[in-house]
Parts: sequence; structure tokens; C-alpha cells
Amino acid sequence: MISYLTKRLASLVLSLFVASAVIFLVIEVIPGDPAAYMLGMNARPDTIAALRTELGLDGSVFERYVGWVTGMLQGDFGVSYTYRTPVATMVADRLWISLPLALYALFLTVVIAFPAGIFAASRRGQAGDYGVIGATQIGIAIPNFWFAMILILVFAINMRWFSAGGFPGWENGFLQGLKALTLPAVALALPQAAILTRVMRSSLIDVLGEDFMRTARAKGLSTQQAIFRHGLRNALIPVLTIIGLQFAFLLAGGIIIEQVFALPGLGRLVFQSISQRDLVVVESVVMLLVFAVIMTNFLVDLAYALVDPRLRVRA
Amino acid sequence: MSVLQVENLCLEVPGKQILSGVGFEIAAGEILAVTGESGSGKSMTALAVMRLLPNAVRKTGGRILLEGQDLGSLSEAEMCRVRGGRIGMIFQEPMTALNPVQTIGDQVAEAVRIHSGASRREALERARQVLNRVGLDEERFPLSRYPHELSGGQRQRVVIALAIAERPALLIADEPTTALDVTTQAQILDLLKGLVEEFGMGLLIVTHDLAVVSEFSDRLVVMREGEVVEAGPTQEVLRQQRHEYTRALFKASGHQAHLPPVAGEHAGKPLLAVRDVFCSYALPRKTPFSMRRYFDAVKGVSFSIRAGERIGLVGESGCGKSTLTRAILGLEAIRGGTIAIDGKVPETARGRVQVVFQDPYGSFNPRHKVARLITEPFHILDRQPTAGERRDRIAEALEAVGLPLDSADRYIHEFSGGQRQRLAIARALILKPELIVLDEAVSALDVSVRAKILDLLADLSGRFNLAYLFISHDLSVVRSITDRVLVMKSGEIVEEGDTQTVLATPSHPYTRSLLEAAPKLPDFTQLRETANVSESL
Repeated sequence: MISYLTKRLASLVLSLFVASAVIFLVIEVIPGDPAAYMLGMNARPDTIAALRTELGLDGSVFERYVGWVTGMLQGDFGVSYTYRTPVATMVADRLWISLPLALYALFLTVVIAFPAGIFAASRRGQAGDYGVIGATQIGIAIPNFWFAMILILVFAINMRWFSAGGFPGWENGFLQGLKALTLPAVALALPQAAILTRVMRSSLIDVLGEDFMRTARAKGLSTQQAIFRHGLRNALIPVLTIIGLQFAFLLAGGIIIEQVFALPGLGRLVFQSISQRDLVVVESVVMLLVFAVIMTNFLVDLAYALVDPRLRVRA
Repeated sequence: MSVLQVENLCLEVPGKQILSGVGFEIAAGEILAVTGESGSGKSMTALAVMRLLPNAVRKTGGRILLEGQDLGSLSEAEMCRVRGGRIGMIFQEPMTALNPVQTIGDQVAEAVRIHSGASRREALERARQVLNRVGLDEERFPLSRYPHELSGGQRQRVVIALAIAERPALLIADEPTTALDVTTQAQILDLLKGLVEEFGMGLLIVTHDLAVVSEFSDRLVVMREGEVVEAGPTQEVLRQQRHEYTRALFKASGHQAHLPPVAGEHAGKPLLAVRDVFCSYALPRKTPFSMRRYFDAVKGVSFSIRAGERIGLVGESGCGKSTLTRAILGLEAIRGGTIAIDGKVPETARGRVQVVFQDPYGSFNPRHKVARLITEPFHILDRQPTAGERRDRIAEALEAVGLPLDSADRYIHEFSGGQRQRLAIARALILKPELIVLDEAVSALDVSVRAKILDLLADLSGRFNLAYLFISHDLSVVRSITDRVLVMKSGEIVEEGDTQTVLATPSHPYTRSLLEAAPKLPDFTQLRETANVSESL
């Protein structure tokens, strides 16, 4: 177990290092000089040069990379070119929306997918199974921005249960914040739940055919008991993999939903800063997302080891 | 009163009758063996008693009485209390019969808890006692062990423990030792016998192995295609062999292929030379910085095979025989020594050595037709044969293994296990090799099919001057098809010599223990002759 942990941690650190180098180099080769962009079409070359020095853009590539990384390690992500505010505070504000939204959507995904997947798997080939499969087909096929607009039409405009968009901030009460995130979370969760339901179903169906499930029945467990006590945990490995991928997607990929619900989240921040050549922000947010993805994978790896004792020795 | 009565049991899948009118009884403390070949319905009978039949199977008639109570009249909830409570069941494949993510203690304790409602602690205590009883002592097998930390035999003991934890009146064992080595098989059978005596339970054992039947069971039911063809006290049934099917089974079980003498112009010429070969596997590092350690699977093995010679390689699982085989086929790197096929390394001599594997179901790509499957070895030829040559070679290979020519245009799922093994042999033959490696090639087959394949192999070795390296755990098969035998243990060859001599007078204690552990078919030939004489008088 110790060896497994050290290996996972080592791979985590290495991935972060490689990712930071790749992100930095990619941003480096993107055309467009932020200084020139900020000063507009008619700026004089010496003004641009002065601004470049001010922004710290004239060091060597290596110096700037080291400066960027050491800064991040101390919590200093630089200053946004356009807004002239520290990137760290900008990101933190957005993260307080995007992270809860992603967790909320993931929670809904799991809460829908687990029962639906188990239900379908235990009734394989029967009407209930076909019903669930049909529903997941629809869930995957519906574009989520369209579904989001339908949700707004029905629950915000007609029934007036929720507001149509915007975010009141957590300081006005946790429940208020949660309420504002509910419709976006549902819109995000629906296709993910459909995918996860299918994974859960097929993984569990594989497990149900295993010899040890027959042993469990021969012990005297009912079908339901056998599924919950022996089937589920064995079916979990592929499901955990997908959950990890989905969380990463939900954190960064919610941009369309953020747009529809006018939520100031991370996705919109990235989009805005790219169009404004605010490369410091882009770099930092992308790095942060990479960090989140790698951490998620690390947690998924730990979950594997908890679920399956065989992985603790191997790996 | 008998523990179990099966009366006139009939089962069917839509469109096909799979059991018709099966009946037998088991008394307390009695061991009843149900035997027959695949498709005879013997496992279905066992599952029907447990009411754990696959969904497609319907019971269409008959009664199953456990201690006089009709199991068919019980609700599913009541049946759950019977399973694992009054009937325990053990399965064939111990490697997969246990939940891999739960400790053995929890799995045995669960069987106790769901039936007795004991607390977790009491159940674990009881699990400890039962595990001790089946020979898994506290010291080496704490309750916190996981199944993957145990060998096949040890896992089977855990499965037995959870089947008997509630002291059932009836134990059902479906091919409980088929996947195990002979010495482990002997220990497991001993354990079962001891438990039957101690608990006075009835034991229904399903097995295809007549030698096991004969040494182990009190009474015997012989089944064929869903019907009981013969039943009675084991020794009586086996001695009298009233039914022709019993006779055929018995004959096929002890079948000796007639090996033609080694002949041909190259006979006796050295073909394969294995000198001082070492193979090892890297072990996982304890910490990321410790030195890599290796496990030697094969430790300095030397032997040679001459052209046309049939060599047996026997040993138990984990002895290194598979690793050695893979090295000879050039599929595994060796860490020391040399392997030479007529002076060349295996990688460059692939066309001269071919292989037939154990599993006739897994070793063919289901999406290709037979013509493509058996000509696959052609890709190692420098010059690809023309279409005409190809056709001739396919015809020749199919003819050699006794399959009709039109097989070439069919898919693999249209063939039975025995036919598939013939196709595997055809695939091995198509390059006209000098040596065929047969890795447990008949182990998965029914006895009657096995007898025919052994005859075919004996015949082919004479016709094409083929040398065989026959890897098997089954001594009776090795006795039948080889001239010389190598006995392997823990990566080393411990005994080597003429097959008949080694098996009749083994010199190494390990060979002796193997022979002692292997169940034997009783020799009734003399008895039957005397019986015939007394009848004719």
C-alpha cells in the first residue's frame, strides 16, 4: 500500500511538472503580443516596449517559466493584463462557483446513475432494462444548452421556482446559492448521468455473470442481496474511472451552461481571457484545471485501491 | 429417510429437453457420484436441486425432496434459507468462486450470519473454527486474507468452509477438483470424505472423472443426454458395466493409444536441444528504490528431443512447465542457457515447431473461417504459397485430422470441442513441422473425445515422423502417448526416463507422490474374465 501511494504521488508530481512546461510552451507559441493588444492599433513601438518590460515579457523563456512556476508555488499567479487585478483573486472568485457547481452536478449524476444502472442490470433483457436504456439514449442525444433553455422556460419563467440565471453569491446564504446552481447542475448532470448509467449497467452485468455471484447465491443470499453485497463493489472500477473523467469535464467544460445561466464561472473566464489575449490568466486557469484533473485522477487511483485489494500490491 | 430424493426430474430450454426423468436418492453419510460427459445434464441436475438454474431453463416435471420436504413448494425466500443452510454447494473453479474484494473471513462469516443471525463477532469466531476445520490454520491464514493471496487448493478449502459453515444436511460438489493438481485433488477429496463422516451429511458429487468416482463414491449415477443410463453401488456398476455407455466411458477413460515406433529416415537425429535454461520473472519492488528481485520459474533445465520422439513433461501448476514451453516456442526470453532447434534459436525456427493449446474454445478467432484460421502459420513463410498450393495444403491438413473438406468454409462456432482441437492440430500440421508442442491439449475434452484425439496424435506421429512435447498434469494421458517423460518440480527436472519405467518404478519421491495422489481406474479385466468363466460354467 505504501509503495502504491508513493508511486501514485511520484506520478502526480511528474505529471504536474510536464503539464506546466507544456502549457507554458503552448502559450509561448500562440501568436499575438499582449502588450500590443492592450495598447491598440496605433500604439508607438517604444510604448509597447515599455509595457513589455513592465509586464515582465522581455526575459528569456526559461527565466519567465521559472518565475511563473515559483510564483504559483507561493500563491502568486501574476496580474491580469486587462483587469490589472491579481489573477489569484479572479480565479478564486470563479472557483467558488465552478467547483460547487461541478460537485453538485456530479452528485446528481451519481444519484441518478447508480440506482438506474443497478435497476437495469438486475432486469437485463426485460421491460425495465429497455426503458432505462431508452432513457439514457435520449439523455445522451439531447444537447445540454437546449435542455438548459427548456429548464429555464419551465422552472424559471413558467413556474417561477428558480431564477433564470445569475448567481447571488454565497454570502446571502448557502441555500440561496445552492438554489441558483440547481438548474445549471441538472442541465450538466443529465447527459453525464445517462453515460454513467450505461457504464454502471454494463459493468454490473459483467460482474453478475461471475462465479462468485453464484457462490453468493449458493450461500443463501437473495438476488438483491448478492448484488448489493458482492456485485456492486466489483463493478465499481470502470464506474470510478468514468466519474473521474466526468468531474474534470464538469469543472472546465461547463462553459456553455455558464453562458446560458449567466454564471461567472471558470469556463467563461478562460473564454474571455483568450479573446482578450490575457495570457497570464489563461496560463493560470489552464494550469489550475490541469491540477484539478491530475488530483482527481490521483483520488480515483486511491479509490481503486480502496475498492480492490489486488491493486494495492500490484500497480 | 434419505437426505435427498430426486424423482422423475425433467428440465427443458425452449425447444430442447435437457433432462428427462432423472431420479436418484442420497442417504445421510453417503457419497453419490453423478458422472457423464459434457451435455449429459449432470451439472443441471445439481443446479436444479439448488433451484439456481439459468433463467432460460424450465422445470417441466418431477419432484426434489430434501429430508422429505418438496423444495419445489418453497417460496424463494424460504429457498434462500435452504441454500447455504441445509444444502451447501461447491463449484469447479476455485480461482473465481470467491469475491476478490472481500476477505475470506468476511465471506465465510457472511454464510453464518445470514442463516443464524449471529453477531459479526460470533460469526467471525465461527468462521475461524470452520476455516481451521478445512485445514486453513490461524497462523498462516488469518481471517483478513484476500482470495488472491491463496492458491487454488486453498481457495477451494475456503469455498468448502462457507458451504459447510452451517452444517448442511446435503453438500453438492460440482467438479470440485477438476481445476486442481493431483496432489491437491487428493487432499480436497480426503477433506470432503472426512466432513461427510463427521457431519453425517449426504454428498452429491458431479464429476467426469471415473477414477475419482471409483475411489471416492459409494454409489454412482451414469448420465447421458439428460437421462440416467445406469445407477447403483459404485464398485458394482463399474465391475459389471451392464450398460454399453458405461462400458464405453470406462474404456475411453483408460484408453491407451497405440504409439507407432519411431521411424523415418531422420529418426534419432537430435532436433531440440535445451541446455541449462533459466527463465525468470521480475518481482514487484518493495520500495521504489530497492533492487529489482527476480523469481526463477525455470532453473537450469536441460533435455533434448530427437526427431520423431514423443516426450511428456509433467508437473503441477507453478512448476515452470508453461514458462519452459513458451521459451521453446520463442515466446519468452530466457535469462541463461541455450535453446536450439536443429542448431537454430527458436525465433528463427518457428515454422519447424508448432503448438496446440489447451482451450479449444479460446484459441481461435471467432470471426474468421476455418480456411483462414488453419493457414495462419503461412505468414512466417518466406514465399507465400499460391492459391492452388494453399487449397491443397488445407485439404491435406483437414484430411489428416479426419475432418471433411467443406469445413474450410465454416466458422469455428459450428464445431464441437473435439473438432476444434482437431482444427488446432490441423493448424499446427499445415507447415509440416518436425515438433509439435501440445500444451494440455486434451485436458479440456471429454474422455471419449480425448481417446479419439490421442489415437489421432499417435497416428499422425507415425505418418509424418512428428516429435511431440506433450505437457500435461494427467499421468494417464502421458502414459498413453509418450516414449519418454520428464518430471518437473519447482523449475527443475527431477526425474527423466522411459515413460513406462518411470511410471512403474519412480525413483524420485516427488514422482512417487504424484503417482500415489493420482486416482486410478480399478482394473476389472481379470475379475470380469473370471466372472464370465463362472457364468459359463
